[in-house]
Order: sequence, then C-alpha cells, then structure tokens
Amino acid sequence: MSDVAISGPTAPQPPDLRASYLRDLQRRRLYSGLLLALFALLFVSGFMLADDRNAGGFWDGLPKIFDFPSELVAEAVEKSANLPAHFVRYFPSLLETINIAAASTLVGAILASVISMLATRGLARWPALIPVFRRVMDIMRAVPEVVIALVLIFVLGGGPVAAMIAIAFHTTGALGKLFSEVNENADLRPVEGLASVGSTWTQRMWFAVLPQVAPNYLSYGLMRFEINIRASAILGFVGSGGIGYDLRNAMSWGKGRYDEVAAIFILLLTTIVIVDQLSSHYRNRLVRGV
Amino acid sequence: MALSATGLDLRSEASALFRRKRLISIGLPVLVLAYFVYIFFSFDIAGIAERARPDNARILLSDTYSFKTHVTRNNRSGDFTVAIEGETKGTYATGVAPDWVSLNGDDADVRLDDGSLVRFRGDMVIVDLPDFGTIELISAGGDIELNLPTDEVPEWISASATRVSLTLPAGRVQVTRSKSEVFRYEGGWELFFFTLDSPFHGRSFAELASLAMSPEEVVPGKPNVVAMVEGFWTNTMWRHGDVFWALCETVLMAFLGTFGAGMIALPIAFLAASNFTPARPLRFAMRRIFDFLRGVDGLIWTIILSRAFGPGPMTGALAILLTDTGSFGKLFSEALENVDDKQIEGVRSTGANALQRHRFGVMPQIVPVLISQLLYYFESNTRSATVIGAIVGGGIGLLLTQAISTQKDWEEVTYYIVLIVLMVMAMDTLSGWLRRALIKGGQ
Repeated sequence: MSDVAISGPTAPQPPDLRASYLRDLQRRRLYSGLLLALFALLFVSGFMLADDRNAGGFWDGLPKIFDFPSELVAEAVEKSANLPAHFVRYFPSLLETINIAAASTLVGAILASVISMLATRGLARWPALIPVFRRVMDIMRAVPEVVIALVLIFVLGGGPVAAMIAIAFHTTGALGKLFSEVNENADLRPVEGLASVGSTWTQRMWFAVLPQVAPNYLSYGLMRFEINIRASAILGFVGSGGIGYDLRNAMSWGKGRYDEVAAIFILLLTTIVIVDQLSSHYRNRLVRGV
Repeated sequence: MALSATGLDLRSEASALFRRKRLISIGLPVLVLAYFVYIFFSFDIAGIAERARPDNARILLSDTYSFKTHVTRNNRSGDFTVAIEGETKGTYATGVAPDWVSLNGDDADVRLDDGSLVRFRGDMVIVDLPDFGTIELISAGGDIELNLPTDEVPEWISASATRVSLTLPAGRVQVTRSKSEVFRYEGGWELFFFTLDSPFHGRSFAELASLAMSPEEVVPGKPNVVAMVEGFWTNTMWRHGDVFWALCETVLMAFLGTFGAGMIALPIAFLAASNFTPARPLRFAMRRIFDFLRGVDGLIWTIILSRAFGPGPMTGALAILLTDTGSFGKLFSEALENVDDKQIEGVRSTGANALQRHRFGVMPQIVPVLISQLLYYFESNTRSATVIGAIVGGGIGLLLTQAISTQKDWEEVTYYIVLIVLMVMAMDTLSGWLRRALIKGGQ
C-alpha cells in the first residue's frame, strides 16, 4: 500500500522526462530533415532551371572547361617574347584600375567615418536623425556599383571618374556599417571630457573618437581596398576605364591575340595577390597592435 | 640617481612618442591630400566639365519621373498618330486618343497642361500661348514658314528653313517637311499597370477595385482579378513578368553559386585544417588551391567559363561558385582548426567511429559559423550576381545593361534600380532572419 503511495506521484516523472526529451529530439530531427530536403529540392530544381536557361548546358560545357585556358596558355607560351612589351603597354591601365580602387576606398572611408559617427548612439550630432543615416547607409550598401557606373558614364562620358564615384558610393555604405559597429565600442569618457571643456562636435570626433577607432578603421579600409580592386576591374569590363576595358577589347580580337589576354590576366592576378598579401600582413599587425 | 635616469629615459621616450604621433596626425592627412591632388590630374577631373553632357543628365532626370506623348501628323498623307514615347507598343488605335486631343478628320486640337493650345489645320500648325500670343507654322511643300507675334525670335524657338522647334514648359512642338509633332509631358510612369490594348487601361484605382469585386466579366471567360493580374504581368511596355523572372534568375545565380561552393568547400576544408590532416604537403597544396581560386578574380572566372558554357545564369553561378569555394575553404578550415578537442574526445570515449566523431563531435561546433558565413555570402553575392549577369547575359543585370544602352528608357532603368535595391535589402533581411532562426534553433 505504502509502496503505491510513494511511487504514485514521483515514479512517472523519469519516464516522462525521457519521453519528452526523445519527442523533442525526434521533432528536431524531423525539422532538420525537412529543412535539408527543402534545401536539396531547391538546389536541384534551381540547378535544372539555370541549366535550362543557359545557352550551353552544364554537362556539355564541362568537358570544354579547359579548352580556353589551354588555348590561352599555348598561345602565351608561343608568343612569350611579346609578353614584356604587353606588360609595359598595359601597365598604365593597371595603374588606373588601382587608382580607381584606392581613390574610391579613400573617399568612401572618409564619408563612411562621418556618416557612421552620425549614426552611432552617443556620438551622433543629431540623435533624432540616427535612423535616417542608418537607412541611407543601407541603401548605399544595397546599390551595386555597376548601376551607378553605367548611369554616370552616360552623363559624364566615360573615363575613370564614373567608376570611382560608383565604387565610392557603395564603399561608403559598406564601410559605414562596419565603422558604426566599431564606434559602438568606443570609450565615451574622452568624448565627455572634451565636451566638458566646450569643444565642438568635430573636435570631439577628431580628438576623442578617431584615435580610438583608427586601427579598426584602417583594417576594414584595407580589406575594402582588396574588394575594390576587383570591383574596379569588373567595372572596367562592363563600362569603361582601366585594365578591365583593355581586357574586353583584347578578348574581342579573338583567337590569335590571346597573348594580350594572357598578359592582362597575369598583371591582374599578380596585382590582386600582392595587394591581398600586403593588406593581410598590415591587418594582422593592426589587429595585434604590433 | 638611478631613479632620475629612468625618469629622463621615460621623458625622452614619451616625447619621442609624442613627436611620432604628431608627425602621423599631420603627415597622414597631408599624404591623403597629396594623393587626391595626383588623382585630380591623373583622372583629368578638370576636363570632365567639358566632357560631361548636362543635357543627357536632364533627359535622364526628366525621363525618370515623367513621360511624353507624341501627337504626330504625317505631312505627306495627313494622317495623325498618337503614341506614348513614340513607341509602337504605346500607339493608340486609329481614331482613338486621350481626352486632351480632339481629332476631327484633317484637323486636331492638342491642349497642353499650362493652358497652351496647339491646333493642326491642314498644313498649318497654330500654337496659342496664353502669355505670348499666337504662333503659326506653315509647312506647305517647300520651306517652313514661321509667323510670330513679335519681331525677334525668342531663344526657346530654334528655326531653320527645314526644321522649326518650340520648347514649351509643358511640351515641345516640332515641324519638319515630313511631319508636324507635339510632345506633351506628363508626370509618372506611362502604362505602368496596363497597356493601351487592355480593357483596364485608364481606369482609376477605385474603379479597378470595384471591378475586381464585381462578378461581371470584362474579359469573357476570366474572373476580373485574374484578367487584371494577367494584364499587368504581360504588360508589353514594362514586361513585369520578365523582370520578375530576371530578378529570380539573379537570386538563383547567387543561391547556386554560394551553396554549391559551400558544399564543395566543406569536405576539402578538412584536408586543409592542421588538426584533421597531419600531412603537411597535402595541407599546403589545398591551401594554395584555395588561394588560387580566390585570387583569380570573379571577372577572370566569368570570362573563362562563358567560353565553355555560353552566356546564361549557369555560367554566372559557376563563376561565383569557383571564387567562393576558395573563400569558404579558407574560412571553414580556419573554423575547423579552432574546434575544441574535448568534445571530440568525449564522443570518442563512447566508442564512436570516425564518421560519428565528425558528425557529433565536430559538426555541431562549426555549423553556426558555417551557416552564418554562407548566408552572409549569399546576400553579398546577390549584388555580385547583378554585375556578373551584365557580363554573362543573365538576370536583371542583362535587362539593366540593355535598358541603359538604348539611352532613352531611363524610367525602366529607374524601375530596375529600385527593384535591385529592394531585392538586395530583402536578401539582407532574409539572411539575417535565417541566421538568427537557424543558429538559435541549432543550439
């Protein structure tokens, strides 16, 4: 009798816990399974759709994937004597591509630091406008460079400036978001200290905030520079200016002039690798504070 | 003695540091400024003023928020056509015209928004301007005759023997030997919802709403709502359906590229992580492969791949896939190297085999990193896919470059830009939401 009385209220609990754990586990497995199945379905059907819409099919193209690179290499090797001359010829355009990237990164970073400070709680000049500046950054970040570049080429008539403005616009939004995250971690005491002696907003930002955030800004700026070099090459290809434009011209000559394409590929690749290496070296130094 | 020496040291050290800091704080802005001066000359920014075409900018701007309707009289046959933007797709049927045009045989009256009236009377065009007077343009056979109420020709009239054109605030009148035209400017995007041949064209929103509710069928055999959606979707001027599919194609490129890259990179990342692959040469080789895939820019991959696969979204997806396999390989192998061994040990102690150890010891630790990186790249690749689409000829990038290259459909360009921005922002929100839901749910 007493046995029953003891086991009555307490005994059912352990199996209950176990059952509910197993039930949860099963439900979670079911959800994960469903999610995976949905993903697989989306992926396969998406693959088939893209394959269908492509001019050449995936399976037809796969064996041909090395045709162009091997042609390119063969021709480059055959005419390797021409390569140094091509390097010299295309160096100015490469320099233009790098300059577009560097100038747009600088302009973007300067604008981003101002906007990000205006959009950070505690630092903002007009706290009521914080959401406005945040939205502005979101929109700037969402506009792909190519859109602005193509429209500006129509108005400004080609040249590197259209590409520079386009990349700087996007960079401002992208860096602005990262910068405002950095700003949020800035110590506010120096700002208050300067405010107490009657400094202006610009002075507070320049002397109290900027020294704190500068290493992180620089690190993000360098990372953006890597990205912008690629963007500036692509914009040249689609629009005008820089080595991308030369690449498109060289491609349009077709077979027989692939040595020029090879030379441009080598120039571009080398630049990207060097910039990536340098930037990661300096970023590591900045982050570690050495 | 020793104390003051260190004090002196400290002092000189501090002042050296101060000097260095001061140098940096002055030198850096000067350097940046010097670079901008160099850029100013290298990019020939002064020359832009000459090369820039402000008239293009004006066309672009006015086209983005307004449209023009052409009323054209063929001076040889005497026939009138009324066409929106002068396009065939926007031409009114013969004898049909908007309410500001009255057509009666050989004559026509066109009222502009500012109260001016343009009357076509045979070979004569009479323009009544409220605050200027009446201008007559006669194009009978030979040269065009221009009769003004004043003696001197105002600057908004450009006149020659073969062509006279009047630029008015609400439109333009242009007479040549072959045709006389009035362009009437109106705000808004023309025919955005329904084209002229649709039975729903020109109806107000309230009318449309009541039509949608009513059982009476405007297009026989179809409920009104279906007919409306169809009319909107297949609008030949704006091609909403095609634009929607183009947007989907762009997202599809990003989706296939990003997640395909993730699936390829994950197994290879194990080979590049030092705690899973003790063989140093193999690790080194894998890392160089990742560097190579990443270093060869998306642009180069796109060009190489479009040679093999032809233009289209698959090529774009593969270009994204190759570049991102490199990035993911690097990120994932770094995440794998940071995995905590204790959890794997724990799983091993229960007698798990290698596969189980990876499934229950390793995966739970890296899945959050993996998912958040994948989703972050998915969002940023949606933007890249727009650009890549412009090169490989797929998705919204293609439509955008096509619309820009016509140099006159700026309202469509604006429409696409708005859609692209909305798409990217939507992907941003979606990826943020998924990241929170999946990662929180997974832990």
